[in-house]
Formats: sequence, structure tokens, C-alpha cells
Amino acid sequence: MSDSAPAIEVSRLVKSYSGVVAVNDISFTVQRGEIVGFLGPNGAGKSTTMRILTGYLPATSGSVNICGVPVATQPDEIKRRIGYLPENNPLPEDMRVSEYMYFRGRLKEIPRRKLGPRIDEVLEVCDLKRVRHKIIGQLSKGYRQRVGIAEAILAEPPVIIMDEPTIGLDPHQILIVRDLIASLRGRMTVIISSHILPEIEMTCDRVLIINQGRVVAEGTPAKLRREMFGHSTYQLEFAGDLTTLPAALSGIETTLKITDEGEPHPDGFRRVKLTTDRDDELGDSILPQLLAAGYRVRGLIRVHPTLEDVFLAATRRSWDVVKSTEATGLASANSRTNERGAA
Amino acid sequence: MKHFFTLLSHEIRMLLVSPATYIAATLFLAFMGMIFTKILEIYSSAPQDLSPAAVYFQLFWLPACVMVPLLTMKCLAEERRLGTIETLLTTPVTTTEVVLSKFGAAYFLYVTLWVSTGGFFYILQTFSGDVRFLDSGPLFGGFLFIAVSGLLFVALGVFASSLTSNQSVAGIVGCVMLATLILGGNALSDSAWLEQGVLRPAKVAIEYGHVFAHRDDFTRGVIDTRHLLFYLSGTVLALMFSILSVEAKLLHS
Repeated sequence: MSDSAPAIEVSRLVKSYSGVVAVNDISFTVQRGEIVGFLGPNGAGKSTTMRILTGYLPATSGSVNICGVPVATQPDEIKRRIGYLPENNPLPEDMRVSEYMYFRGRLKEIPRRKLGPRIDEVLEVCDLKRVRHKIIGQLSKGYRQRVGIAEAILAEPPVIIMDEPTIGLDPHQILIVRDLIASLRGRMTVIISSHILPEIEMTCDRVLIINQGRVVAEGTPAKLRREMFGHSTYQLEFAGDLTTLPAALSGIETTLKITDEGEPHPDGFRRVKLTTDRDDELGDSILPQLLAAGYRVRGLIRVHPTLEDVFLAATRRSWDVVKSTEATGLASANSRTNERGAA
Repeated sequence: MKHFFTLLSHEIRMLLVSPATYIAATLFLAFMGMIFTKILEIYSSAPQDLSPAAVYFQLFWLPACVMVPLLTMKCLAEERRLGTIETLLTTPVTTTEVVLSKFGAAYFLYVTLWVSTGGFFYILQTFSGDVRFLDSGPLFGGFLFIAVSGLLFVALGVFASSLTSNQSVAGIVGCVMLATLILGGNALSDSAWLEQGVLRPAKVAIEYGHVFAHRDDFTRGVIDTRHLLFYLSGTVLALMFSILSVEAKLLHS
């Protein structure tokens, strides 16, 4: 293991079972101390990728290194370096929280004398002290989820992998879990999969969107917004001549264009969408110039697309690619058949 | 095998805190107590050739076919159904350690239950004041047979549990496998049609694996290394298949 190696290094990872390709040539790198969100629709291959990262499932091809250690050849070493919260958080129903923690601590090779204080610490961090003597089967969903998270961070591994840690939690519990994950920033590398997009945006430094077993977008939420929607979008509500508006806009900034003309209101106003490649704030130059050109303006807002928009756009784009590939394949197959028929 | 004892002590602890264990133990002891009482009734009415201990172990097959699947059906099937096998195998433990600890805990309970029936003979000897009732030879031989054969029976139960995530299916498969091994050999050993030339090796194999004959040898005090080898090699094979079964299911999950 080298200390400078990235926390997670995935290269050309492929996993197929029963003829179905679940993960198709995924490559990504996660640096130490980073919190990365893993997004994708159901069946995109998120859980499969995470299971391969933990060494639980073998990959069909490709390589995965955790802290510079290859998963395929040294799965035992990997298991000492990760904390894993699986999807649906399976827990034994008939154990007490503290017993479970002690058992897991022993399996994770925490020395006996350190285990007691460490269990107290994680139970405190995860706000589980009140239920430490309760049987896990009798706990509410929120507590169970926190038991899973406490177990994942118990041995202070350098890499934590969590598959949907906030699923089924109420907003208050989500807040606690979010703070908990944020408190790991810098100390541990965390990779989280989730459907709750604002959640990911608030917690993660970087986002990976996968669909159909492929990485379709990768980067910080701000970078993804720029990639998917151009640099900036504004919404303008004005009254005046629409035909002369593009000329007025290009006088302010050459890349400023109308992308949606909207419908006129009975009061003469209409709402249009403008995009520009400029990333800095243009509002204070647009407003006075339009007023000077004789337009009546009653609203100008810079629109910030949510991660949800980015996610939908990225997955839609990848579906379009899949469809066009299929269509091309079908068309070429048809043309081959026709050629054969003609011959 | 670093984590074997952690896993084994956890499994035994889980068995000891489970109410199902106490229900199974009570039913087992009540059933064996009934058999023992019946034997005593027969002995009090007419003199018999065999010692009561030898007769007592003749009925071993009934608890073996019923109790062993009940003890083992949960072990791996439940882990897979709940998904806890995933959390277990993502810690630095191996599949071998997991399977062996499950086997060890179930075997410990099986042997403990049988050993506790030794109390019947002690009570009989105490109240009758006759030392002949505590006939140490057949008693020792019988318990040794139970301990040795139990290895294979429990290993087969664990193997059945490794095949499916459904406890009931694991229980039925285990019961059928044990009944085939224990009663099948007995049923086929008297078959005349197996005497024919081509089937002769099969007849020899069946006689080698005839569990009832092994029991008779043990209770007579004959401890044949071939019998020991039969049970030990069978146990190793069943456990190896259990480990392979768990790993194969991971590969294809």
C-alpha cells in the first residue's frame, strides 16, 4: 500500500451475470478524504459496483484498487480497509445494539482494550446511547439505519461505502445522518449512493451519475450544471418587442441567447429564458440596458438548475445514446438483410 | 482461522439466548424420556438379552432425522435470507470460518442434548440402587457413536442449509438426506437383487455405509477405524460442499 495512492481507483470495470451486463466499463477515481455521491436510477449498477468495491462480488473484468491494494488478489486486506453499509441495512434481529457492536468490533480486529471506548464513541456520535441495551429487532427504522452507519465507521477504516444510507428516514433523521457523514470529511473517504438528490448535493464534494452500467456524468454539482445546461440561465419577464430583443441582448453579451420564448400574457408581458456561456453574474448589466432600450422589465432571475435536473438530463442523454446505438444497429442489420436479399 | 472462535462463541451465545433452542431441547428430552420409560417397562415385565443402554441407542435415528434439520436449517439459510451474510463476508472473515462456526455451534448443541440424556441412566441407577443399570460399556460406546455420527449428520444439515435461502426447504432437504443415509442403507442392505454381479460393488458400498451396523458395533464396544474414517471423511466432504455452495451462490448472486 502506498500512502499517496488514491482511496478508490476503478478501471474499466465490467460485471455481467446470467448474460446481463450490470456494470459496463466503468472507470473513476476517488481521492483520499473526498465524499463522493453515486447516483443512478434503479438497476443502473450502483449496488453491484459497491459490492465489487468491498470484495464481496468478483468482477468479470477490469481492476479495482482500494488505497493502492488490488481487490481481486487481496480481498482480505481490502476488508480491513473498508466500512460497508449494504442496501437495506441487514442486521441480526435478536441481538442488543452493544452486543452487535462488540461482535463486529472483534471481527474487524479492533483490540479488546480499545473496543469498549471505541463503541462508546460511535454510539455517542450516532446518538445511539439511549438504545444501546435494546434488541435491534425492536428498533425503529431510523435507529436501525444509524446502527448500520455506526457499525460501518466502528473500525475507523480509511474508506466507507454506504449504499443508500438515508433510505426510509424522516427529514430530522436525514439531517442527523447528513451531519454525521459531513463530520467524516477529510478523515475518511466516503462513497454514498442515494436517490435523494438534495442530500447528495449538500453532503458530497463530487457526484458520479451512472446509467445502464456506464458513467454518464462526473464532477462537482456546479461543473455538471455547466456541462448539462450551458454556463448560466436567466429568466426574464418583460413587455416590449420580442423581435428586437436578440439584438439588444447581443449588445450586452454576445453569447446571450433566447432559448425559450414563452407565451405572451394578456397584460403584454412574456417570460423568456436566456442562456449565456458567461459564468459570472450578468443581471446588473442586463437590467439597465434593457430598460434603456425601452423594454419594461418586471422580473429577472438567474436560474440555478438542481442536481435533480442534472440527473434527469444526464440519464436522459444516456438513454438517447442507447436508443440511437440500438437504432443504428437495427438499421445496419436491416441494410445487411436487404443487400443479401438483392444479391 | 483467526476469527473462528469469535464466530463460534457468537453462534453458541445466539443459540443459548434463543427460546427456540429451549423449546427444541424440552421436546427432545421429553421424547427421549418417554422412550426410556417404555424401555424400563419392557425390562420390568420380562428379562431381556441386551442391556437397557444398547436398546436405548437403537432409536437414535428418530431424533437424528428430526432434531438435526431443526438445529441446522436456520444457520446459513437465515443469514442469506436476511442479507447478513453480506455484512459478515465484508469483514475480514472467510467463508470457511463462517461455515465451520455454524457447524460447530449446531454440533455443540446436538451433543449437549444427547449427553444430558445420560442423566436418565444416572437417575435409574440412583433410585434402583443397582450398579448394573449404569452399564458403562454400551453407554460409553453409544455416546461415542452419537458423537462421531453426529459430525456427519450435522454437516449434512449445514450443507442443506447452504443450498437455499428458505429455512423450510433447508429443513426438508436435510431431513430427506439424513433419512436416506440412515434408513436407506438399512432398507437396501437386505435386498437380494443387489447380490447380482454388476451391482455387487454397490452392495459393498451400502454395507460400508450402513449406519445401523455401525451403531451395533459401537454399543458392543467395537470401535472400527473404518467407521471413524467413514464419518470423518463424510463430514469433511459435506462441509467442503457447504463452503463451495455458499461461495458459488455469491458468484452467481
